[in-house]
Amino acid sequence: MPAVCFYFQVHQPYRVKRYRVFDVGHDHEYFNDESDTDLNNGRIIRKVASKCYQPANALLLELLERHPEFKVSFSLSGVLLEQLKQYSPETLDSFRRLVDTGQVAILGETYHHSLAFFYSLPEFEQQVALHRAAVKKIFGVTPRVFRNTELAYNNNLGLWADKHGYEAVLAEGWDRILGWRSPNFVYRPKGAKRARLLLKNYKLSDDVAFRFSEKSWSEWPLTAPKFSHWVSAVNGTGDIVNLFMDYETFGEHQWEDTGIFNFLRHLPQEVLKNPDNSFITVEEAARNYPIRDEVNVPEVVTWADTERDLSAWTGNDLQTSALRAVYDLESPVAAANDSGLLTAWRRLTTSDHFYYMCTKWFADGDVHAYFNPYRSPYEAFIAFINATTDLRLRLGVDNPTFLASQPTSILVE
Amino acid sequence: MFGWEFPPHNSGGLGTACFGLTRALARDGATITFVLPKKVKAGADWLRMCFADLPEVIGRGIAANLYPYITSESYARERKGLPFVYGLNLIEEVRRYGALAGEIAALESFDIIHAHDWLSFPAGIAAKRVSGKPLVVHVHATEFDRTGGNGVNEEVYGIEHAGMSAADAVVAVSQWTKNMIVRHYGIAPQKVTVIHNGIEASDYRPLPNRLVALKQAGEKIVLFVGRITLQKGPDYFVRAAKRVLELEPKVYFIIAGSGDMEGQTLREAAALGIADRVIFTGFLRGPELDALYQSADLYVLPSVSEPFGITPLESLVNGTPVIISYQSGVAEVLRHALKVDFWDTEELANQIITVLRHPPLHRTLKQYGHEEVQKVTWTAAAQKCLGLYHSLLASV
Repeated sequence: MPAVCFYFQVHQPYRVKRYRVFDVGHDHEYFNDESDTDLNNGRIIRKVASKCYQPANALLLELLERHPEFKVSFSLSGVLLEQLKQYSPETLDSFRRLVDTGQVAILGETYHHSLAFFYSLPEFEQQVALHRAAVKKIFGVTPRVFRNTELAYNNNLGLWADKHGYEAVLAEGWDRILGWRSPNFVYRPKGAKRARLLLKNYKLSDDVAFRFSEKSWSEWPLTAPKFSHWVSAVNGTGDIVNLFMDYETFGEHQWEDTGIFNFLRHLPQEVLKNPDNSFITVEEAARNYPIRDEVNVPEVVTWADTERDLSAWTGNDLQTSALRAVYDLESPVAAANDSGLLTAWRRLTTSDHFYYMCTKWFADGDVHAYFNPYRSPYEAFIAFINATTDLRLRLGVDNPTFLASQPTSILVE
Repeated sequence: MFGWEFPPHNSGGLGTACFGLTRALARDGATITFVLPKKVKAGADWLRMCFADLPEVIGRGIAANLYPYITSESYARERKGLPFVYGLNLIEEVRRYGALAGEIAALESFDIIHAHDWLSFPAGIAAKRVSGKPLVVHVHATEFDRTGGNGVNEEVYGIEHAGMSAADAVVAVSQWTKNMIVRHYGIAPQKVTVIHNGIEASDYRPLPNRLVALKQAGEKIVLFVGRITLQKGPDYFVRAAKRVLELEPKVYFIIAGSGDMEGQTLREAAALGIADRVIFTGFLRGPELDALYQSADLYVLPSVSEPFGITPLESLVNGTPVIISYQSGVAEVLRHALKVDFWDTEELANQIITVLRHPPLHRTLKQYGHEEVQKVTWTAAAQKCLGLYHSLLASV
């Protein structure tokens, strides 16, 4: 009786323009690139809306209306909602129509798609509250299930979600935390009283999100009947199949000509051909199944790269120093009591900025290169750190110039 | 193998490249006779040197201490007392070298002829004519790089074109250079193999820091190494220096090299009011140059058109991070480097200041760049080169 639980992540950051050191003290707009590059946020929103959000939403609406049993869940970051409102309001309307079917659940997350949980709990909670308010205002619903940025999860996050009344929290169904256990059941975060833990079936999720158009893959081409067969095979060995992926999989990561929309179009009917199968939202997943076990996750697990840790965001010196530079400004920003400064600062906490500085080229390099609007991690750092320097100046924080360095040799005697 | 210069008697990257490539080739089992136009005290234990001016070869030698990088007429004027003019002496000597090479080829036994740059192309062609052996011409630079496309010397172009046409295979030091060869010389792309230059990290050792006092005074050092000539972009370096100094006055800009634009560059620094911050060291080599790399905070190669550019590899091996222009072949092999369009001095200054201000950026570039450059080896270049030799010999 496997129930398919789709959750789509929808997010676009405010990318920092090529902000130069000469702009510090003169230009306080960090996100207003107007070029033909992928740093132009409005251009990206319009592009992704036309390639992915609009066609995928139209298709989903059609499927939801045709199959009342079909359900999906979304997590839409606050900075995405804001940018849709500004650059593509018709797309925002189409998301609203999906939610209005009553077959769609919306997840809670941080408004700014940040990793604040690991740097500042008060800031994290404020960003979650901002997101909750935005979702309520736009869609008229309140998130009951929580997912953290990049699916970054540990025991503390599970306890936090439990304490704050969420019915469930999401994480990667990574072998290291599950051991012999299957992701196809509902679990309990370690020490939680009520909240459930829903774990991504990364194999089946990545078959769609990453391998769909990979011609060297032995299962290529992936068809709806084939995938439904795999889902049905879970029958007897699991309750749910959590398919968590970026919404941009449809039309942006996998282009239309790969057949991805066609795949999605036929999936509900193929899955539902087997009367044992069904679709559920994350909220139904939390409510309708027994807890099989408690899962202990002392270290942070994410859905990224082969390591499934935070190293794609915090793995090198550039990233840690950029994160420090931003979170160092938390108190000065709060003290300044200026909404413009607060908004600019919060936009700089978005996790994507640090992802662009990743230098793990060799194993996961292709994915990082694909998602990087800068020509190198170094350019990403330069733009980011100079914008942050301007913010420091505006906040009246001392700006250290360079210090005398001790000559050190890297060569071996 | 026909060359024009060999360390320590080299004035730039051509000699360095011949040194590195032949050493790695010999390690992989190649037996090399290396021909130079005239007798100098150069040699290496992995090859046999042969000089075209020795009496037993022909009895008449090649005259001058010729400098292979001459491009502009102004060079002769800038450097008073050196009695040569491009187009007469140099080209005449190149042709004489070619004539002598035919004699050498008749005396020697070999399987492959490999000629480096236009200076030795006539020699390579002559050797092929005499012996019938396959000819590889190795393009380290084209006339278009040297002149920036303006005032291309027809005769030099003619020699380059004749060499590439007569050759059985052309080696380009980068994709950048291959594109030049295909576009400007009309050579079929399938005839051109890209073999990037390399570096041998084990050749370098830590040296005493020469500029400790400056460093302790909180001064930063940004370095330019190369001929002070149009192709290398020294004017862009000086203009970026001006912009850097507007924000960060405690930076010295060191220019290590000599060349036809030396006077012009000096005058430009003075006109910009930064003459006290731009230091000219003249031409340096060996441990002196390595010590300078190691003392510097940052190395900049703002080349207008750089077929490869070995100096950034030298800088990284010595532990100093680099900014290189997109208009360089070396940009194809380095990911852990900052890159900039040579004309964008504003961006160059932005990158320089940000690296100097933010130690994590400096550290990351330094560490990863140093790791990356260990993989850019002459061994890899030699293996590609041997593969090419074998394919030529198989098709004979």
